[in-house]
Amino acid sequence: MRTYRSVFKLRLLLGMQYRAAALAGVATQFFWGFMLIMIYRAFYLHASGQPPMSLEELASYIWLQQAFLALVALWFRDNELFTLITTGNIAYELCRPADLYGFWYAKLLGMRLSAAILRCIPILLVAAFLPAPYRIQLPPDASAFVLFAAALLLGLLLVVAISMFLYISVFVTMSPTGSMIVFGLIGEFLAGLTIPVPYMPSWLQQIVYALPFRWTADFPFRVYSGNIPHDEALIGLAVQVVWLLSLTLLGRWLLGRTMRKVVVQGG
Amino acid sequence: MIAVERLSKSFKVAKRRTGLWQAAKALFVREHTLVRALSDISFTIRPGEIVGYIGPNGAGKSTTIKIMSGILVPDEGRCDVFGFTPWKDRVEYVRNIGVVFGQRTQLWWDVPVIDSFELLKDIYRIPKTEYKANVDMLVDTLQLESIVHTPVRQLSLGQRMRCEIAASLLHGPRLLFLDEPTIGLDAVSKIAVRKFVKTINKEKGVTVILTTHDMNDIEALADRILLIGGGSLLYDGTLQSLRSRFGTRRTITIDYRETADRLDLPGVEVASWTPERAVLHVDTERATVSETIALLSSRVELKDVAVEAQPIEEIIVQLYKEHRI
Repeated sequence: MRTYRSVFKLRLLLGMQYRAAALAGVATQFFWGFMLIMIYRAFYLHASGQPPMSLEELASYIWLQQAFLALVALWFRDNELFTLITTGNIAYELCRPADLYGFWYAKLLGMRLSAAILRCIPILLVAAFLPAPYRIQLPPDASAFVLFAAALLLGLLLVVAISMFLYISVFVTMSPTGSMIVFGLIGEFLAGLTIPVPYMPSWLQQIVYALPFRWTADFPFRVYSGNIPHDEALIGLAVQVVWLLSLTLLGRWLLGRTMRKVVVQGG
Repeated sequence: MIAVERLSKSFKVAKRRTGLWQAAKALFVREHTLVRALSDISFTIRPGEIVGYIGPNGAGKSTTIKIMSGILVPDEGRCDVFGFTPWKDRVEYVRNIGVVFGQRTQLWWDVPVIDSFELLKDIYRIPKTEYKANVDMLVDTLQLESIVHTPVRQLSLGQRMRCEIAASLLHGPRLLFLDEPTIGLDAVSKIAVRKFVKTINKEKGVTVILTTHDMNDIEALADRILLIGGGSLLYDGTLQSLRSRFGTRRTITIDYRETADRLDLPGVEVASWTPERAVLHVDTERATVSETIALLSSRVELKDVAVEAQPIEEIIVQLYKEHRI
């Protein structure tokens, strides 16, 4: 455990060094969030039926998504890990008395947290002082906030577990770009980061609900705004735990299997 | 204590001929060739030895090191180090070894060296007092005081390599693998690295397995060499016996008062000749050095004589030629 804690800590400290990257990220996310809300607002003004989420709920959803992008986006990646695999520098990680899965898991967790810490506060602060339809709402009550925090944390653990498959796939494909595009695009859509899940046609919702991706982003953000009621949220937390356990076990098994066949590149 | 028996490993390599049509074809059908990286390698190493593991590029040196350090799984064969099988008992086994890959880095690029050391302390669960003693010793002998607080990206190659070596010894391993530790280093850094390896071998009894292309490394360090070529072990023995077996040539360089004598002597080959200076190769199986010099001094008026043994590089090249590798 000490190993993982230490890796996590070092990666966290390392990530906090990159202030310029964080600043650029904040600017991009802020612009992006603004644009999305403007587009949805235009749709809402001319909507014929009742939209599945209120505009206020949607604004909160989008700001949370932008603020915690580093925690929930599957495409948010550790390039260092990719180069480690494709160049064969992984040789060093393999001669450590540590379980590789846990080692990388801690690294990825540290990377995401450090990025999120630097980015979320400025975005949330500004979003809280925007004029009415653009402003981020407070959660309806304290328990919604607690549930949201728990859901976001489990979502983070889950997204790291999912992203482990991406890194494992690079052992086979040797091409981070390919894995990234396929995983990133599909994962992002299924997590409700492209459009919120309630806006999808019901047949697609059925598919999305059966997969783990939506539990990383769509679920916590909708718990925040109260779009998902408390009792449903509690069940959701349990579902998250089940996904988390099964995906980490599967990932660990798959990594072990891959390692037995791995070819460390380069002389 | 280190026993390798009949180790074999093959790699599947995708082959493709050049050209667009071939590239398109390769999308559907791929041709593979099986490259035999190691076949039937066996040797044993005693504690406290420094073994030089040499061979041309692609001979299988790194593959052997990777198998012995538990990174790669061989196709066949047995390997026993301190009672462990490296690829089976990986996590327990690697506590006992240190590895330096000269062409790779284990230090975190953007943080000071000491942070990487601290991380290794936690990974290997090194007790605090032992860690401190080891760091002090390493920083002192490798002269790292001024650089341990610098981010790795700002270090020169020589400085980084010294830190890499320190990093792989923090946990006090009994066995150290050095895979081309002096590659790309300048003369001063090379000598520093060699001296250090010698020291830890003498004082701490660390067994060292070293691969390198620099024969000076081998000459300075290794008591014993293993020569590998084309995946097979070709020679196992001391450097001296290698020398006496293959290094039968001596080079004599002489300066003399101007003469027209072309110096053709029995058992001597004239490598270069000018009226004032000549370089001669003496085959010691046909003529002794002293006889040759005596003969020479009777023929010309010698001003200066220098005798050199055959450089180890040349012996190795000869050995490669003999085995056609």
